[in-house]
Amino acid sequence: MTGEGKTSRPLVGAALMLAILLIAPHLFYPVFLMKVLCFALFACAFNLLLGYVGLLSFGHAAFFGSAGYITAYTVKTFNFDPIIGILLGVAVSSLLGLVIGWLAIRRSGIYFAMITLGFAQVVFFLSLQLQFTGGEDGIQGVPRGTLLGLVDLRDTMSMYYFVLVVFLCGFWLIYRTINSPFGQVLKAIRENEPRARSLGYDTDRFKLIAFVISAALSGLAGGTKSLVFQLASLTDVNWHMSGEVVLMTLLGGMGTVLGPAVGALLVVTLNNYLAGFGSWVTIIIGVIFVSCVLAFRRGIVGEILEKARSWNSKDPR
Amino acid sequence: MRKKLFLSVFGIGLTLVMAVCGASAAGLSDGVLKVGVMTDMSGAYSDLSGPGSALAAQMAIEDYGGVVLGKKIELTSADHQNKADIAANKAREWFDAEKVDVIADLSTSSTALAVMEIANQKNKVTLISTGGSTKITNDNCIATNVHWTYDTYALAVGTGKAVVANGGDTWFFITADYAFGHSLEGDTADVVTASGGKVLGKVRAPFPNTDFSSFLLQAQASGAKIIGLANAGADTINAIKQAKEFGITENQTLAGLLIFITDINSLGLETAQGMNLTTGFYWDRDEESRAWSKRFQARHKSMPTMSQAGVYSSLMHYFKAVDKAGTDEAHAVMAAMKSMPINDMFAKNGYIRDDGRMIHDMYLVQVKKPSESKGPWDYYKVLRTIPGDEAYISPEKSTCKLLKK
Amino acid sequence: MMIQVFGIPIQALLGQLLIGLINGSFYAILSLGLAIIFGLLNIINFAHGAQYMLGAFFAWMSLTYLGVNYWVGLILVPLAVGAFGILMERLMLRRLYHLDHLYGLLLTFGLALILEGLFRQLYGVSGLSYPIPDIFQGGVNLGFMFLPYYRAWVIVASLSVCFATWYVIERTKLGSYLRAATENPELLQAFGVNVPLMVTLTFGYGVALAGFAGVLAAPIYQVTPVMGSNLIIVVFAVVVIGGMGSILGSIITGISLGLLEGLTKVFYPEASGVVVFVIMALVLLTRPAGLFGREK
Repeated sequence: MTGEGKTSRPLVGAALMLAILLIAPHLFYPVFLMKVLCFALFACAFNLLLGYVGLLSFGHAAFFGSAGYITAYTVKTFNFDPIIGILLGVAVSSLLGLVIGWLAIRRSGIYFAMITLGFAQVVFFLSLQLQFTGGEDGIQGVPRGTLLGLVDLRDTMSMYYFVLVVFLCGFWLIYRTINSPFGQVLKAIRENEPRARSLGYDTDRFKLIAFVISAALSGLAGGTKSLVFQLASLTDVNWHMSGEVVLMTLLGGMGTVLGPAVGALLVVTLNNYLAGFGSWVTIIIGVIFVSCVLAFRRGIVGEILEKARSWNSKDPR
Repeated sequence: MRKKLFLSVFGIGLTLVMAVCGASAAGLSDGVLKVGVMTDMSGAYSDLSGPGSALAAQMAIEDYGGVVLGKKIELTSADHQNKADIAANKAREWFDAEKVDVIADLSTSSTALAVMEIANQKNKVTLISTGGSTKITNDNCIATNVHWTYDTYALAVGTGKAVVANGGDTWFFITADYAFGHSLEGDTADVVTASGGKVLGKVRAPFPNTDFSSFLLQAQASGAKIIGLANAGADTINAIKQAKEFGITENQTLAGLLIFITDINSLGLETAQGMNLTTGFYWDRDEESRAWSKRFQARHKSMPTMSQAGVYSSLMHYFKAVDKAGTDEAHAVMAAMKSMPINDMFAKNGYIRDDGRMIHDMYLVQVKKPSESKGPWDYYKVLRTIPGDEAYISPEKSTCKLLKK
Repeated sequence: MMIQVFGIPIQALLGQLLIGLINGSFYAILSLGLAIIFGLLNIINFAHGAQYMLGAFFAWMSLTYLGVNYWVGLILVPLAVGAFGILMERLMLRRLYHLDHLYGLLLTFGLALILEGLFRQLYGVSGLSYPIPDIFQGGVNLGFMFLPYYRAWVIVASLSVCFATWYVIERTKLGSYLRAATENPELLQAFGVNVPLMVTLTFGYGVALAGFAGVLAAPIYQVTPVMGSNLIIVVFAVVVIGGMGSILGSIITGISLGLLEGLTKVFYPEASGVVVFVIMALVLLTRPAGLFGREK
């Protein structure tokens, strides 16, 4: 698992990306782009835990999906402002993150993964059984509402820019978390936990905080997504969704800042493009998983950064 | 199967060819009439709808002459994998970016409801052939939808009433634990009680489920004469197989509440014989249905299920309506569809109500014994034809806002 | 006058427990395979469910295309699936031994997707039927329920294989070599034992067990591409509860959890899918290494 390499022109790169994101909805189908943004946020949030702390959670769908349900339900039933709905979703997923994290942190490796999976299955079960989630039908016809009473989010373009802002906020939060003293401790824990502990850091507390942040931002992604598609369903709490986000992070490059977003873009595009070809999607995703693990462990962005680094070091000037 | 790949490629290739050949025509939005078949292409319901439904749509386009209001009809299809979110997203994309005017089939009730929601927002037509929940024409009814083939109430009325009348007056339900299963169980239980029968108990099985042994044991312990299977597809097949294995069918009768002819084909007559079920279509019903079904079988290898036949019939009717209305605008087409009766290989004297329900006869059938069957697909004997007005919820009892008198 | 336990007549309860025992036998044999692979080799084989599915499909395919009957299939299919497992190990897993275990998990997860997708594409999801062998048609009426002979055979076959395996591993010289290889492979290699070969064969055996379970399952569950993925996370939970390295633990836990699931189906059937996970979470929190496991 690699650390991120800093290119020499981060600000220009960021400005370029922002420009692309602003123009994109005029070129591509905006709803598709919004889906990419939501999953990119989810993957980046997941990566905080996997790439930077070294913990593989197999139950992140619980946070993503539960927030989706809460947002959908509150906005549809109580007509809350979309921001309130999303914040409520984030609150619930953070709480879940706190509970599950506190219980799971005591273990590591496969045991940690299994505990998260187990609790995610409980969340799935609850989503299936509780009345308000609508079982197999899910919560449908969720109104997008008006943002702060000013912006009608039924307009696709307005919704896109709202989602973009949400994504950028979430992404910025992750970026700041990683590039802070807190983030440094996380990396230290990933590299060598006993040593970090011997230096006096309460590693469990750090891991838990990272877990909760990851859960909260996954919830942010999930809540926003339920407004984009005006639907919250069992797919979002299914363990296959947990597997998808692992794939996105792995493919894009765990431990890189942009990697998961790139991975999300690729996986969502793949799913979309291959939807008409039956089970080829599953096969291809499996092949990608296998190839990434065998040959491209750094993921796409990781490989690019590595190439850039070795290219830079070869250049004597 | 390679068939599915072939059909997908064929469908896409055809769409591309048609797109290239197209030209603007008056009266049609975007200058095209585009049909989208959204179904389960590879999952639990793919045999009863799936590529067969896409084929049925293809046949409808061909039989109609491939042209409406002077313009070629285009076809596209997608797999919603029985998931509401995939269906909703695809529908949105189809309506927004791909000029689709009508979506047909929709294999699960959750996908049907989700797509109806989108269609209502975008003012487009949906023709639901496979999804069965009564919510479609009650709580969730919209003005631009037609629920064509069957619904859970019709199944309940058909199988429930008839079975009780035949002496099956004590019931135990094994229900798939999701909205469709609950709806099917609820509707049937109501009908059974209203007909003088008694529901001795019920058990909810997870959906999907492979092992029904413990649920079947409970059904057996209840002593009910009839075990009602409120589930579909693979669940039903498993439950039936296992009931036979545990010797339950010796003393109790199974009533499959939603069964398709492809399920019987999977199970075999040896296992399925004697079962009562209700269907909206049977290929061997009369000359017209036979002729059409044989043409379908020549291209699909299996006989059509009621879903697939429903897709064909609903699209043919839709094309006629577009020609009559002179436009593909949703409300005008709906008005045209409601103004014409349906008389084809699927239904006789069928009509569409304001809640979107297509009223037509349903058939109570019994699965033949192996000795009674004269050949492949000769599976049913029709016990009773249930008139449409009896089979479906009457307007008085409907909760659809569009039916307010 | 019927004896009742919590409102359920004792006959019904016994019937459910017997069904639970049958399911438990499947859990036992599948979790045994997983436990061997993890306990002795430290590999997390997420493709185990897909290998089980492969066993069922190979049984069906060999019957349909080659006319191979059930009994021959019971021997040949596990060998075929085991061989496939060996290929997997040799070509792919071997490269990951020097890395974090979780890469093995991800690799096998990807492989499971490929296998499932491939069979879905070829055969759809509706399910194929495999006939119960003639000798096992029918059943015996036990009074409280009718037990099909085939299901009784399933219990007998899986438990025999399970205990035979346990015996070999815990009580024979070969087994002691395997256990030594886990503790200290270099030392064992120095003694002249071909450790990589043993690892490969053991992995093959673990996978073959999954294939064997698949053949056993074919006549009673529909042969479908998703039969493994529905099962895999439950089996993992069983192994984790039992203690990931413990052979006996996985057998006993598998059976017990089958029984527990059976009971749940009587009192609160909707929860039967989730009860395993609740137990797993509880166990992991109180006995971190599982019920029978040893902290590594």
